[in-house]
Amino acid sequence: MFPYIVRRILLMLGMLTLLSIVTFLLFNAVPTDPARLTCGKSCTPAIIAANRIRLGMDQPLYIQYLEWMKGIFVGRTYGSGAAAFDCRIPCLGYSFRNGEEVTTMILQALPVTIYLAIGAFVLWMGVGISTGIYAAKHRGQWQDRTIMGITLVGYSLPVFFVGLLMLIFLIVRLNLFPYPSYVSPTYNILQFLQTMILPWISLSILYAAYYTRLTRSQMLETMSNDYIRTARAKGLPEKVVLRKHAFRAGLTPIVTSAGLDLAGLLGGAVITEYIFSLPGLGRLSISAVTEYDLPTITATTLVAATFVIVANLAVDILYAAIDPRVRLS
Amino acid sequence: MSAALSAGQSGEVLLSVNNLSVDFTTDDGVVAAVRDLSYTIKRGQTLAIVGESGSGKSVSSMALMGLITSANAKVTGEVIFDGQDIMKASSEEVRKMRGNRIAMIFQDPLSALHPFFSIGDQLIEAIQVHQEMSDKDARAHAMTMLDRVGIPSVEQRIDEYPHQLSGGMRQRVMIAMALVNEPELLIADEPTTALDVTVQAQILELLKDLQREFGTAIILITHDLGVVADMADDVIVMYGGSAVEHADVMDLFYSPQMPYTWGLLASVPQITEHQARLDPIPGNPPSLINLPLGCVFAPRCSFKDQVTDGRCESERPDLVEVAERHLSRCHLDATRRTEIRRDRNIGIIG
Repeated sequence: MFPYIVRRILLMLGMLTLLSIVTFLLFNAVPTDPARLTCGKSCTPAIIAANRIRLGMDQPLYIQYLEWMKGIFVGRTYGSGAAAFDCRIPCLGYSFRNGEEVTTMILQALPVTIYLAIGAFVLWMGVGISTGIYAAKHRGQWQDRTIMGITLVGYSLPVFFVGLLMLIFLIVRLNLFPYPSYVSPTYNILQFLQTMILPWISLSILYAAYYTRLTRSQMLETMSNDYIRTARAKGLPEKVVLRKHAFRAGLTPIVTSAGLDLAGLLGGAVITEYIFSLPGLGRLSISAVTEYDLPTITATTLVAATFVIVANLAVDILYAAIDPRVRLS
Repeated sequence: MSAALSAGQSGEVLLSVNNLSVDFTTDDGVVAAVRDLSYTIKRGQTLAIVGESGSGKSVSSMALMGLITSANAKVTGEVIFDGQDIMKASSEEVRKMRGNRIAMIFQDPLSALHPFFSIGDQLIEAIQVHQEMSDKDARAHAMTMLDRVGIPSVEQRIDEYPHQLSGGMRQRVMIAMALVNEPELLIADEPTTALDVTVQAQILELLKDLQREFGTAIILITHDLGVVADMADDVIVMYGGSAVEHADVMDLFYSPQMPYTWGLLASVPQITEHQARLDPIPGNPPSLINLPLGCVFAPRCSFKDQVTDGRCESERPDLVEVAERHLSRCHLDATRRTEIRRDRNIGIIG
């Protein structure tokens, strides 16, 4: 098991390197001049030229890439002389648009996205798995049919629809919730929860529907196995048979999906963050894209992709924890 | 209504099944999986239920365990276990009996054991669901049981998973798991079918040893007449959902009375005779939907012409006592049956 994890981590590092090269090239090869963009209204060719040198963009691309990488691991210094300033480790670049280090911007946005994603994740996994098991237990009966009908509706409700509906009715019309205004939970936990509850719900509806269906179908598949009959023959209560024996056996695909879905959201739940004015990674990436803020675009992409790669590794390690047959090979 | 085989001599009756029927409602009609099955088992005895696939032998024993829970199933009759009618007991009462007083082992031990839990965990769970026992004591008890069924180096094996064991070892684990709570009745559903022949013999020996040690009654479901001869006290031959012959094992092998049993015996290879080929029973087992009006076996029976008025196809024969402790379901009269058996050298004419 241990050599397997080491091998996987090395592989992951290789993928991250490749990924950083592709991301870097993709965004630095676009036909715009970042130096021009860094310069405000009163722009002169001299300023542009100076900025270009200051950002290191006069260098060939591979040098720029190496400088960027160097910044992540050892930090870097922009410019020289009196105008020089240090970008601390991990330096993901400097956003001239915002006059801020990209790392700082990401560190500010990341917690918002993490709270949003984790909260929604807990909500939809809880709802999805328990309703899925319940539906499977009542297969073919009215409970099952009702749940399947509801999930079909839930599955067809995109976030931008539900989110806007909630915004209009629950916040604007009925005043049931205050206008969303994000604060850190350590600052004011009540206001934090009031702001987050609707984003959590609107984000989890579609996923909850999907995980209900997934859990149900997994349960139905495993419940016909001989070892479930054995579990019943042992005299185990039906609750244990379903939740321990049947659910555990059908867990692998659920864990796979869950890991990747969570990772995807951690990279930024763009639409939800936008609708509910949450200053997370998704909003950061969108504004970076609309403003041609290249260092920020590159950095947010890299962060999002890192989540997915790490989640893949985590899922594979979880496989082995779930299924002992995977451990040997 | 059918007659029941008398309990025979000494011994306390443990289980008495009376007129057990199981019907399944399907889209194609009602499947009469088991009809009017009656038998008794005494403590420490072995009853073999023999029949081909779909004869109702497995379904009838699942019904004893209260394991037929499908909304489409209808189970009727009486199942009196140690004085209590299981059919009238609450599902919670039946659950407390399962794995505790009545245990079951299955055909394919690889699929019957949960692949994700260690064998130790599965045994400990079986113990703790019925007995208040600390984890440590339950583990010690599990190890004793595994050792008893012949698992080598138990300390190491107990933490292994089913896929790490051989087929024979897995079936030993199943047996250990079934016997951890010292049940009074063990239902063994084709326990050796999925195993190598050499391993089969070991498992049967083990079952016999444990039966002697614990005084467990066994219902042995099988299609293997060799296993029956080796293990059983009484035998029920099932065909198309009902018992067609029910007798002491000696009587069944020495003086079988029903053409289907004759067919079964004829299709077993004999090592003492030179046989160019086996004599299979012609035709296929009946569909359990819309059973024929007459004898269920009649369409495949080569002796139906010897019964007058075509009764085999118009009138279902009853299960009647043809000799002491010997029930058979056949319209052929006794003289004719003896003649046929003599002509064809079936059983031993006594």
